[in-house]
Amino acid sequence: MNAVDLAPTNGDNPDWDSGTAELGHILKPGQLDLSHKVILYLEDITVSFDGFRALNKLSLTIDAGELRCIIGPNGAGKTTMMDVITGKTRPDEGTVFFGQTIDLTRLSEPEIAHSGIGRKFQKPTIFENHTVFENLELAMKTDKRVWRSLFATLDSAAGDRIAETLQLIRLATDADRLAGLLSHGQKQWLEIGMLLMQEPKLLLLDEPVAGMTDEETERTGELFLSLAGRHSLVVVEHDMAFVKQLGGKVTVLHEGSVLAEGSLEEVQADQRVIEVYLGR
Amino acid sequence: MRPSPARTPFIVRLGSSFDARSWRLIGLFAAFALIAVPVMHLALPADHPLHLSTWFITLVGKILCYAIVAVAMDLIWGYGGILSLGHGLFFALGGYGFGMYLMRQIGRDGSYQSDLPDFMVFLDWKELPWFWIGSDSFLWAVLLVLVVPALIAFIFGYFAFRSRIKGVYFSIITQALTYAAMLLFFRNETGFGGNNGFTDFKRILGHPITAPETRVVLFALSALALIGTLLLARYLVRSKFGRVLTAIRDAESRVMFIGYNPLWYKLCAWTLSAVLCAIAGALYVPQVGIINPSEMSVGNSIEIAIWVAVGGRGTLIGPVIGAFLVNLAKSWFTVSFPEYWLFFLGTLFIVATLYLPQGVVGLWARLRAGRRRGEGAAAGTTSAAAAKGVGA
Repeated sequence: MNAVDLAPTNGDNPDWDSGTAELGHILKPGQLDLSHKVILYLEDITVSFDGFRALNKLSLTIDAGELRCIIGPNGAGKTTMMDVITGKTRPDEGTVFFGQTIDLTRLSEPEIAHSGIGRKFQKPTIFENHTVFENLELAMKTDKRVWRSLFATLDSAAGDRIAETLQLIRLATDADRLAGLLSHGQKQWLEIGMLLMQEPKLLLLDEPVAGMTDEETERTGELFLSLAGRHSLVVVEHDMAFVKQLGGKVTVLHEGSVLAEGSLEEVQADQRVIEVYLGR
Repeated sequence: MRPSPARTPFIVRLGSSFDARSWRLIGLFAAFALIAVPVMHLALPADHPLHLSTWFITLVGKILCYAIVAVAMDLIWGYGGILSLGHGLFFALGGYGFGMYLMRQIGRDGSYQSDLPDFMVFLDWKELPWFWIGSDSFLWAVLLVLVVPALIAFIFGYFAFRSRIKGVYFSIITQALTYAAMLLFFRNETGFGGNNGFTDFKRILGHPITAPETRVVLFALSALALIGTLLLARYLVRSKFGRVLTAIRDAESRVMFIGYNPLWYKLCAWTLSAVLCAIAGALYVPQVGIINPSEMSVGNSIEIAIWVAVGGRGTLIGPVIGAFLVNLAKSWFTVSFPEYWLFFLGTLFIVATLYLPQGVVGLWARLRAGRRRGEGAAAGTTSAAAAKGVGA
């Protein structure tokens, strides 16, 4: 079973179902090793900005195929954590591993994206002067080096994939509109669509439903639930109703480290979490 | 872009960069430059009303070279969002590279009747410095024109873009670069003629450089180079490469997080832009007959940005129009009111920045859209096209 082909083989014996961490399995360079069923390890991550510790010995693991929600008050370090995973910020201390073998602290942002991590920003970040179609086209998983881009043409399989994603994010009728003209919620969806075009194994979603209507929020939740299993998702969110809808494990961050972890009911019952959220 | 029929030959894709109307305009321009100008200059007697004077050929030929620089600038500024205020350097380097060949072509016809260029005799140098070796060969000169600016642009760009230097910081560093180069070239010891630069050229490939025939050929070559530059730039900005480049301009972090390395995209556009400037410089020098370090002055490079801003950034044809408008105005002003030229240029830049964000091309598109709306036609498509920047 080739780990690279993870996304298309939905439930069809992906790596983390294949039993034990076998000794002796062959791994190609750059291939994601999920033999221990864990996709992401953060260990003792510390990040300081001018003496302020945004992350303080943060340790966290995400299982393959998991849908994890991360909550926490403002300044808890949620966005910094995503910056560390995607290579935007280098940790002062600690290790970040993607699967068993890929050390993310050694890779650049584009290399991390290629290894299979997609990121949605807090503020929708799309290419406003490109059409919706072009946004998806640029995001599509392909050879992204200069030389190939100079002569790239779109084959019909790629066209089909874009059409499929357009359906999924409900922007099929807006394909030729400039992305800058979309509503806020539509921009959020477009960015999620761009992430999906990358075929990432791990999706990091920073407040994906901010500014969406209730109906849009619910549809987003359904989409995420359908993605879990094939992909691993980490969702940072403030909207507790949305977190509840997603239903997965919840991690509470506070002052740069993990305060509590468990189901939403468990963490909501946790005395320390209540203190942090309500103040002492 | 929508899926195209599989495997369209590259040459067809290159051809489809422009629509039929643009191709007709280009054909018209080519016919003017390659047929009409030679006939009107060489065949018609000097007192004929349609005769084109040497002054006209030189002026327009010069502006054609400037237009190439403007398109090269638009490629990185309009589409890549990288404002270079040091593009004069690459233009001048191309000029110097070809100027070395022209100096060697003077042969023993210089004031000192020496094999060495006059300025070397004047400095009492006995032999050619190492970097002049091979400069008597035309092909070597062409190689110098292309490779030296490319190498400098590549190395400079690599470090600047890798360090993620952007915006105004990048612009200031490019200014410093061209200024430093100017000071270096001012020195006699550098070996490029000091503040006098190169001049008094006699021949090019054995043909007298001031002969009308030579002028006409240089004019035609400049026109062809401009057409080639436009075609190449248009292909690039319509390719996926161009879409990534504009994406970098608009949201660089998003580009990185979907797996493109902006460094190589910027570097490729930047280096290509520098080489195009160098080609323009090499065509410019034999037409005006002189190259000196003042071409590297900061003001010259800023002027390039003004041509692009006035014409319309991110439109390719706009910078060509801008280069013509500003330079025609300049040649009129510097004769009639030389002392007011800089004031006019400054005012023009401010007006273009404040009121014409899309330059004259944007203004034209807006007027046309307004008229269409007046006629009750759907103007949505036009304003969308205007927002994206109308191509040639």
